[in-house]
Amino acid sequence: MQSNQPQITAELVASHGLKPDEYERILKLIGRVPTFTELGIFSAMWNEHCSYKSSRIHLRGLPTKAPWVIQGPGENAGVIDIGDGQAVVFKMESHNHPSYIEPYQGATTGVGGILRDVFTMGARPIACLNALSFGAPEHPKTRHLVSGVVAGIGGYGNSFGVPTVGGQMRFHTRYDGNILVNAMAVGLADADKIFYAAASGVNMPIVYLGSKTGRDGIHGASMASAEFDDDSAEKRPTVQVGDPFAEKLLLEACLEIMAADCVIAIQDMGAAGLTCSAVEMGAKGDLGVDLNLDAVPTRETGMSAYEMMLSESQERMLMVLKPEKEKEAEAIFRKWGLDFAVVGTTTPSKRFVVKHGGDVMADLPIKELGDEAPLYDRPHVAQAAKPVIAAREVKPPIAVSQALEKLIATPELCSKRWVWEQYDHVILGNTVQRPGGDAAVVRVQDGPKGLALTVDVTPRYCEADPYQGGKQAVAEAWRNITAVGGRPLAITDNLNFGNPERPEIMGQFVGCLKGISEACRALDFPVVSGNVSLYNETNGRGILPTPSIGGVGVLDDFTKSATLAFKAEGEAILLIGDTHGWLGQSVYLRDICGREEGAPPPVDLAAEKRNGDVVRGMIHAGTATAAHDISDGGLLIALAEMAIASGIGAQLLAAPAAIVPHAYWFGEDQARYVVTVAAEQAGLVLAKMKGAGVPCVRIGTTGGDAIAIAGEDAVSVASLKDGFESWLPAYMASKA
Amino acid sequence: MKSAVLVFPGINRERDMARALRLASGFEPAMVWHAETSLPQGTDLVVVPGGFSYGDYLRCGAIAARAPVMDAVRAFAAQGGLVLGVCNGFQILCEAGLLPGVLMRNARLKFICKDVYLRVERSDMPFTRGYNAGQVIRVPVAHGEGNYEADEETLKRLEAEGRVLYRYCSAEGAVDERGNINGAANSIAGIVSDRGNVLGMMPHPENHVEEIMGCTDGRGLFAGLVAHLDRAA
Amino acid sequence: MKARVTVTLKSGILDPQGKAIEGALKSLGVDGVASVRQGKVFDIELSGADRAKAEAALKDAADKLLANTVIENYRVEVLS
Repeated sequence: MQSNQPQITAELVASHGLKPDEYERILKLIGRVPTFTELGIFSAMWNEHCSYKSSRIHLRGLPTKAPWVIQGPGENAGVIDIGDGQAVVFKMESHNHPSYIEPYQGATTGVGGILRDVFTMGARPIACLNALSFGAPEHPKTRHLVSGVVAGIGGYGNSFGVPTVGGQMRFHTRYDGNILVNAMAVGLADADKIFYAAASGVNMPIVYLGSKTGRDGIHGASMASAEFDDDSAEKRPTVQVGDPFAEKLLLEACLEIMAADCVIAIQDMGAAGLTCSAVEMGAKGDLGVDLNLDAVPTRETGMSAYEMMLSESQERMLMVLKPEKEKEAEAIFRKWGLDFAVVGTTTPSKRFVVKHGGDVMADLPIKELGDEAPLYDRPHVAQAAKPVIAAREVKPPIAVSQALEKLIATPELCSKRWVWEQYDHVILGNTVQRPGGDAAVVRVQDGPKGLALTVDVTPRYCEADPYQGGKQAVAEAWRNITAVGGRPLAITDNLNFGNPERPEIMGQFVGCLKGISEACRALDFPVVSGNVSLYNETNGRGILPTPSIGGVGVLDDFTKSATLAFKAEGEAILLIGDTHGWLGQSVYLRDICGREEGAPPPVDLAAEKRNGDVVRGMIHAGTATAAHDISDGGLLIALAEMAIASGIGAQLLAAPAAIVPHAYWFGEDQARYVVTVAAEQAGLVLAKMKGAGVPCVRIGTTGGDAIAIAGEDAVSVASLKDGFESWLPAYMASKA
Repeated sequence: MKSAVLVFPGINRERDMARALRLASGFEPAMVWHAETSLPQGTDLVVVPGGFSYGDYLRCGAIAARAPVMDAVRAFAAQGGLVLGVCNGFQILCEAGLLPGVLMRNARLKFICKDVYLRVERSDMPFTRGYNAGQVIRVPVAHGEGNYEADEETLKRLEAEGRVLYRYCSAEGAVDERGNINGAANSIAGIVSDRGNVLGMMPHPENHVEEIMGCTDGRGLFAGLVAHLDRAA
Repeated sequence: MKARVTVTLKSGILDPQGKAIEGALKSLGVDGVASVRQGKVFDIELSGADRAKAEAALKDAADKLLANTVIENYRVEVLS
């Protein structure tokens, strides 16, 4: 092996993010000191981002199967069957640390990466969503980060040509030093034409396709697994730069070679670039891989083996092609103007051998590189339960009508139009329900099917009680899909947490997963893909636990869907589900009373299923003229949103005597929906609900130009709309 | 109607356009690759669709405008053939010299995707005969560089010759600053060439042609073209 | 041979990006900035050593592609 390489010292090992015991593991595995290139390979394969060493043991408990699941976690993305020979391929992934350092490029490469994960499996991307968490509005960096991230997501998605149809955005001081950018992509494929990474066949050429390799992102995967400290600004050069045009060319070329039946195996180069993709390709296929780095197209001169193996240059794919189809594939690559080269072969040896300039730079056991990655069962401690806040104990500081006006204009609840009008959400001509509703609805080709798509989580609930918060995240995603008439099928989870070496953080992780698993099981809503992002902490202060849930559901007939806007005056407003007035961890308690306290609302999964199935039935039958699930801000906010979207107000009965009004109107009890029906249908519907044991009461009638609760001051819809739409544009336009 | 839709690397709204053309005419358009040097026999409408051809690198539409197929398009237009450019297509036609002026960055510098209102200025052109003069239609825009600019003289000529076919306006049809979403000179959303056979417009009528998708205001443009070509046939 | 083509907006063409940059500089406390106009720089490497030929080629490149002569001016410099 090469001798003029850096000496392997303890400092060098540590700078690669490998702990002493992990290094011991390497020595035991290969029986000698690794070369510098090999050290780089191990540091990439065994860091948190690629190996999931802190989380793997717990992720195993997630339910991942259902009759409609074609491919669960473990591949580039998850695949579900939606009938008629069609499959949906989807996944969500984070790009948190790079986005904090360079928000535009961090966000673009996050979107680029997740799109590749989807089309590498043979699916044409048809929609994107994202979940963004920023620091407090007053934090000096927040505006700059919001501006850069939103521009970056739009810059990539719009150019690539996929509609960005939904998302979530929140502000909280716990994200001051660690923003979260979770990007989700959804694609459509033929169910019998899904492509996987596992290579097959010995002595098959391994082909590299796409952009030239540069020094981008070297140690990006390691950065993703490191906490920030005050020197983070110097990490700037490691952020990769995305090129959506190159990715569009890559997409079309890949889909063409797949359609021409040229592909045996295909993998995109993401985190740890060539290393991760080549190792996985061989290991999954039970084959060895010989790489010849002299053949790798580079855009910098004098790149070392180490650099080529760790480069995270974007828009690159690795593939094994059918030998008889190689010429045809090459013609397609040339048509799209893409660089390609044969960079290696599969071997029977089960070794991962990297050659450069005639020297062997690495020679490692291919399966063990992944299989022998450290597996940690880190100590975890469950936190003490938070006390249940009794509604009567909370004194309302202002009137209900004033609280409504104030809340609708808070960062939490205000319109995010400023964000999604920067995303092309119309391209492809299939967006049935645009951003701003409970879930996005996109038509599948020319119909009749549609997909309902959402991302959701309530981090403050997870912070207060990880188990309930985890359950709630899944339940709410399920509810969002149901509220537009969709049948929830599966989820992708993007688990964002702090430092797993702290038992209380690990406790949050374990608790959330427990809740997520239970909800997925009860709701028949399995996890088919996901991503874990740990070490989201700065100077020891971690983010709120944020397990983002990306949900996909199907509508057999997309015309039988519902939107949340009131449709006409004089319709009956029905509240479905039990209301007790739960104020713990509510937006009302936090933003009106200044208290971030209490146990979060408990989730009754049986009630969720029962109530949701009933609402979906009403939507499909055409009985429900409008539907909206109740979440942040509670019932009155849900009603306000329905009024704002339509310009039609509501006349509402007073809160029932048993519940203090502010708790009734703003409590965040779960498993609830607001549904409107034609006035003459109300009696029938109520009787049916009673017979089925589903809690359902009429709370008012649509009409007028205000939200008017009996006994309270009316609030004009125009005024609510103004507050709702103004906060974010005003915030972003101001300097301080 | 025999239409041809040009496809450059990075174009991404060709499917939306093909669907609108198919629905309006009953015929599937030909998809023409940028490297071709001639248009299909009997083409009577060339469409340059939206997207980010060549990544919008250098300038929007700059590289696509210099592609081999554009010579054939120029010849086709010189003979009076109908050419429709939407969004990136409009940018390409300006760069190719088939339309005057240039599309610059939106005045407020951000990409905008939303429904806008357009006033149809006249209804006696192939590209507007599906509407009434003064009609207000609702179509989506999705662009970062839609700010139409031209020198004083060109703008005067365009107005004097009635070559502004679509203008940004309010829901009530008032042409004012409020309705002008990108700062375009004279609220210009779409113009034609001096012979009236080449139209460039920033908004996307092709995304508003289906009842079930919520709005069909874009149909008029395509229906008008079909009617015009039927009559000419 | 190393050369540089600088492309700038013709005077009179509205430059909203330049305006935004101007405002940002002011906010950052950079004093005395009267105006900003944003342009582009193309660093080009040419084969051969004939200076006149290089300048002609660069002018051609600028006229044909690098500058939109409707709204932009350009300047060609052979650096070495």
